[in-house]
Amino acid sequence: MLVATATRRFLASPLVDLLVGPHGIDRYLELIRPDLALREARAEVTGVRHQTDRSVTLTLRPNQAWGGFSAGQFAAVGVEIGGVRRTRTYSPASSEHGRRGAVELTVTSRPDGVVSNHLRSRIAPGSILHLGPARGEFVLPAARPQKLVLISGGSGVTPVLSMLRTLCDEEHPGEVTFVHYSRTRADALYRAEVEALATAHPNLRCAFVATREGGGRLDADVLAALAGDLDEAHAAVCGPPALIDGVRAIWDGVGGADRVLAETFAPPALTPTGATASGTLRFLRSDHEAAIGAGTLLEQAEAAGLSPEFGCRMGICHTCTCRKSTGTVRNVLSGEISAEEDEDVQLCISVPAGDVALEL
Amino acid sequence: MPTPHPQLTDDQIEGLGRELDELRNRVLGDLGERDAAYIRRVIKTQRGLEIAGRGLLFAGFLPPAWIGGVTALSLSKILDNMEIGHNVMHGQYDWMKDPALDSKRFEWDTACPSDQWRYSHNYMHHTYTNVLGKDRDIGYGILRMSAGQPWRPRDLGNPISATLMAALFQWGIAAHDLEVERIEAGEIAFADKREMLASIWRKARRQVLKDYVAFPLLAGPGAPFVLSGNAAANLSRNLWSFMIIFCGHFPEGTHEFTEEEAENETRGGWYLRQMIGSANLTGGRLFHILSGNLSHQIEHHVFPDIPAHRYAEIAVEVREMCERYGVPYNSGPLHRQFGSVIKKIVRLALPGGASGEPPPAAAAAVRKVPRALTANTFSQTSSGVSGAVVVDPMPATLISASRSPGSASRTASSSVERRGGPRLGPSGREARSPGLVGA
Ligand SMILES: Cc1cc2nc3c(=O)[nH]c(=O)nc-3n(C[C@H](O)[C@H](O)[C@H](O)COP(=O)(O)OP(=O)(O)OC[C@H]3O[C@@H](n4cnc5c(N)ncnc54)[C@H](O)[C@@H]3O)c2cc1C
Ligand code: FES
Repeated sequence: MLVATATRRFLASPLVDLLVGPHGIDRYLELIRPDLALREARAEVTGVRHQTDRSVTLTLRPNQAWGGFSAGQFAAVGVEIGGVRRTRTYSPASSEHGRRGAVELTVTSRPDGVVSNHLRSRIAPGSILHLGPARGEFVLPAARPQKLVLISGGSGVTPVLSMLRTLCDEEHPGEVTFVHYSRTRADALYRAEVEALATAHPNLRCAFVATREGGGRLDADVLAALAGDLDEAHAAVCGPPALIDGVRAIWDGVGGADRVLAETFAPPALTPTGATASGTLRFLRSDHEAAIGAGTLLEQAEAAGLSPEFGCRMGICHTCTCRKSTGTVRNVLSGEISAEEDEDVQLCISVPAGDVALEL
Repeated sequence: MPTPHPQLTDDQIEGLGRELDELRNRVLGDLGERDAAYIRRVIKTQRGLEIAGRGLLFAGFLPPAWIGGVTALSLSKILDNMEIGHNVMHGQYDWMKDPALDSKRFEWDTACPSDQWRYSHNYMHHTYTNVLGKDRDIGYGILRMSAGQPWRPRDLGNPISATLMAALFQWGIAAHDLEVERIEAGEIAFADKREMLASIWRKARRQVLKDYVAFPLLAGPGAPFVLSGNAAANLSRNLWSFMIIFCGHFPEGTHEFTEEEAENETRGGWYLRQMIGSANLTGGRLFHILSGNLSHQIEHHVFPDIPAHRYAEIAVEVREMCERYGVPYNSGPLHRQFGSVIKKIVRLALPGGASGEPPPAAAAAVRKVPRALTANTFSQTSSGVSGAVVVDPMPATLISASRSPGSASRTASSSVERRGGPRLGPSGREARSPGLVGA
């Protein structure tokens, strides 16, 4: 341990930085072992199991560069598919106090989903994933609520399970109710484990509902029967928008709208190819906004009074390349869509396909 | 008098542009695992050579170790600068979305800061390729590399300047954007470049410290061997890259353009100018890799952001197109192409020097214009290719794809519009839209 820390210190020193310049130490370390980077957060997959047909549960060992997470947060996960690093956000399902920093992800595959299907069927122990820093406001209050209802639908189980596991690790004394909705019983995630936790922790109650096999939809009575009086209860819900709306309505009914924490994994919206999108262009650095008009992002930024760098204006020199924080844009030359967060796009050949935020 | 350009009709130029766009999209659509694996393999080789080279130089008191170390380190620097750095910074691997291969963030093992290079090379040189007065790569403001550049007495030193430049090439590249010739001419003040100089210094200082202070000191008593080995590696990289790069646009038969000629050109016209303004080198696979595939200069200039290891495949189709459209395709072995560059450097030390024109005093220097590139040959070939080439005997009647700014063509995608006329870019850089046409 001491040796490891000393080695890391040495490798991070200005002298080593000079010697390995201009590429940096990580470009050499990764040749020894791909996750052996000092500054870039990466994780080695150490375990792969399949709880259901449509999902995969991965155990990861992040390297030292990763800063950890709070229960409920998500992180960008990058994986190389066909030479391209694809990045999607996933919420760890493990406790934030995970053993030796191990992190668990459970990914449910979507129809035609590029990353989810790759993770489900192509990842084996030893694979390397790239990690971004954990982000997100869907976290437990520091003063843990005395009464908490955790509700999830489908793949949305991950962040609330992380909360549950974290509370169990903390020997949290408050009452916790865990309700999970899946389409079928076979699709239910983590059932055995949560039931085992409930056996070990008398203050935890749980219910698993299969909506397509006779299980009822969420309503106030069902919830009250499980969790008792909701007057003081906090809720954390992750799932499809309809589930979140349902939970909000119930808590509105008891005057507790401000006690609901919610998160959805909703996919990005897309306008059809060719049509001029409507919406807003936000230029984050210059703190400026404009309604989407005609023309490329470069032209629209200029029309909004900005002067982004550019060269050829025809897509060859990459001078205009700019970080897109959020939103979807289309490359007019290739037709390719960029929908991922924090992706670089060429302004001179990209048009917005909906609200877009640029680092300009 | 510059070599007369091949004369294509507007329709032919647009047809050529369409075919090249189609080829481009086909290759872009096919990029994947193979390309990622290739560049990673090259990087791994380069890093391995670098470590081996530096390691061997620590034992540099043994002559074989010194020679081996210099060889490995030279190859490492050549790979780093040419096949990796130059190509990554063109955005050839941006599609991989790997931050380590990101054109905007990549730094290379040479004195020139990458952001200055991206501007002067990716934008200025690749957009205004061989446009006299615009493309500062024509002589880098130091050499007289075109008969169109007015002769000054100091050009008598052309061969000596070129030799010095070859030996110090990395510094020539680093100083490229300082535009010393414009400071000299009083067009800009030295103070205008102070910031740029500071940024060059920040980058170059670390390079110098690394190669000439830190590594030698680490070797203790072996310091002189490490120092001389590093210097030798930098020198061989300089000579090699100078040679390859000067073969890109200066061999006999490459075309030059005036600013008016390049004005308002269509995408097809731009493609054509890139093709006839560049020259290829023939050789084996290893030679191509060590040249950063700049040996496929024509393909590189047509598709600067396509992974360079693909150029060899692409060349087959580009060559076929050139034949069909009657566009000259300048290609030859290194000794011949570089030989003609040396001749040019020597010839242009004296006034005049346009194709075929003897130097004022020494008529003996008249050399044969390669047959395939003379105007005469064009008219001969043209009879074979239906109406492809008409030679205009008048000097430089232009590639006829230029249009007036007003008639700027609309693009296929309604949302992208071509803008005509010069515009002023950020920080006063003059920029123009060559037009995004026929997406
Ligand atoms: C904050 C956050 C946390 C997330 N955490 C998890 C997690 O823990 N586990 C998990 O499995 N997923 C999670 N996701 C979803 C995940 O990021 C991806 O969207 C999902 O894996 C699909 O990616 P893909 O590449 O397979 O699909 P794509 O190739 O991007 O899309 C394929 C098809 O699936 C549809 N689609 C894409 N995403 C979704 C979605 N979320 N819901 C329904 N349809 C979709 C698309 O519209 C498209 O038709 C989270 C998303 C967010 C925003
Ligand atoms: S300005 Fe050259 S790629 Fe956009």
